Amino acid sequence: MSTVSNLKPTAEPAPAPMVSVRGISKIYPGGVEALSNIDLDFPEGELTSLLGPSGCGKTTLLKIIAGLLPATSGTVEVDGRPVTKPGPERAFVFQDFALMPWATVLRNVAFGLELRGMPKAEREAIAQTYIEVVGLQGFEHTYPHALSGGMRQRVGLARALAVDAKVLLMDEPFSAVDEQTRRKFQEDLLELVAKERKTFLFVTHSIEEAVYVSDRIVLLAPRPGRVTAIVEPDIPREAGLDRIRRDPVYLDTVEEIWHGLKRYLE
Amino acid sequence: MRIAGYRIPLFASLIVWAIIWEVTGRLGATLVMPPLSAVVARMIEIVPTPTFLAALWITGRTFLTGVLIAVVIGVPMGVIMARSVIMDRLLLPWVNLFLSAPLTALVPVIMVLFGFGETTIILTVVLFAIWIIVLNARAGVHAISPSLVDMAASFGATHWQAFRHIYVWAALPEILSGVRLGVIRAVKGVVIGQLLVSVVGFGRLFELYSSRFLMEHFWALLFVLFAFAFAINEGLAWLERKVEYYAASRS
Repeated sequence: MSTVSNLKPTAEPAPAPMVSVRGISKIYPGGVEALSNIDLDFPEGELTSLLGPSGCGKTTLLKIIAGLLPATSGTVEVDGRPVTKPGPERAFVFQDFALMPWATVLRNVAFGLELRGMPKAEREAIAQTYIEVVGLQGFEHTYPHALSGGMRQRVGLARALAVDAKVLLMDEPFSAVDEQTRRKFQEDLLELVAKERKTFLFVTHSIEEAVYVSDRIVLLAPRPGRVTAIVEPDIPREAGLDRIRRDPVYLDTVEEIWHGLKRYLE
Repeated sequence: MRIAGYRIPLFASLIVWAIIWEVTGRLGATLVMPPLSAVVARMIEIVPTPTFLAALWITGRTFLTGVLIAVVIGVPMGVIMARSVIMDRLLLPWVNLFLSAPLTALVPVIMVLFGFGETTIILTVVLFAIWIIVLNARAGVHAISPSLVDMAASFGATHWQAFRHIYVWAALPEILSGVRLGVIRAVKGVVIGQLLVSVVGFGRLFELYSSRFLMEHFWALLFVLFAFAFAINEGLAWLERKVEYYAASRS
């Protein structure tokens, strides 16, 4: 670790970590060191971003926490229990949405519950609720190919919400949608974090996006992937989501992170 | 195509060949070539006979059973090979070998093991059809977007659930073209099996007609078999086109 800068003084007690990562390393076959000895805590009920240039291992770390990828060494604890496989307390939102093209929106959203063996009527009622939460009512019986990229990701989000996991793992969820849709998504995400009281882990390569949506930002540097700083932007959100992008703290944080990351770019 | 300003339909060439056949047959140039009209008349005459219908029934039954076995074993085998490097290394050389091997030479071996009955014919059909089905299912699973596989895993899918809900559907376009190619090979399998066994079904009829030099019967039988294979191929190709719409939206 080179620098650790906190904008917010660490006076108030941090919430209990929902996810904690201890000494995680990942060496891919062939010797590429994607992650080197990562120690991180993700507080309950907050949105923590993993931010860094490509090759810094942010998606690798998220997939290890998800249990989709084995770590070379180290442990991951979720809600106090060590995990190595996917579990019902975590749900994943994919960059490319990962929807089943042969299934309707309703079945896609209910899929996590279907895999758990929940009866059809029950799971579809729950799916219906979350389809409304993400604003897709009226599209229940539409197939994914008929939806826009933004709407498809709403399906992916509803599917992750429907299983009522404590931890939502989001892998660059808005990178495949257009800029206007992305901004709307970011606003909706803030409301969702405030309402759902879940722990969000959010991978992004956009500094602005990370500063806008995050309670905490973990900065990662590449070769080998490691944590260089943890930033807690303390931007007032009460004044309204529209004002965040004009807030001096928002602008300063974006600048500070950019200067911190610049040296890792060739 | 246009000739002298008239549009000539595609099947016009078939009419030309039919006329050539008819003329050759009427000239009596060769004994193996009766006039086409006589063949068609013979076909209409023998198709409703109990012997023929019995042969058709046994052929259809062994064919469908064989294809069903090939699909039920072949598709999971292809999926397993695509998902497990060890199984792939173990099985792929054999699949490739059998795909290109002259399988007809193996039918006598099956005959020695299982006798001159339906079992031998069914196994011949399986032997002909299964390998291309395995390879296509394998290729189809290789083409599935990795995030769809991750998605199933992240929501806790068991191997069986992932197979049933993701692999089969995501690989369906390739699986279906594998089944179509397998079915075409299965038609060869059912005919070759019956010819070599030659005491049941069309094999017996072929044996009967050719040994007594009943060329009209012989050709009528061939027509029926060709039409059978063609209809099956077209039916499956139609089904393939129906599922194509989402194949493009997979990745």
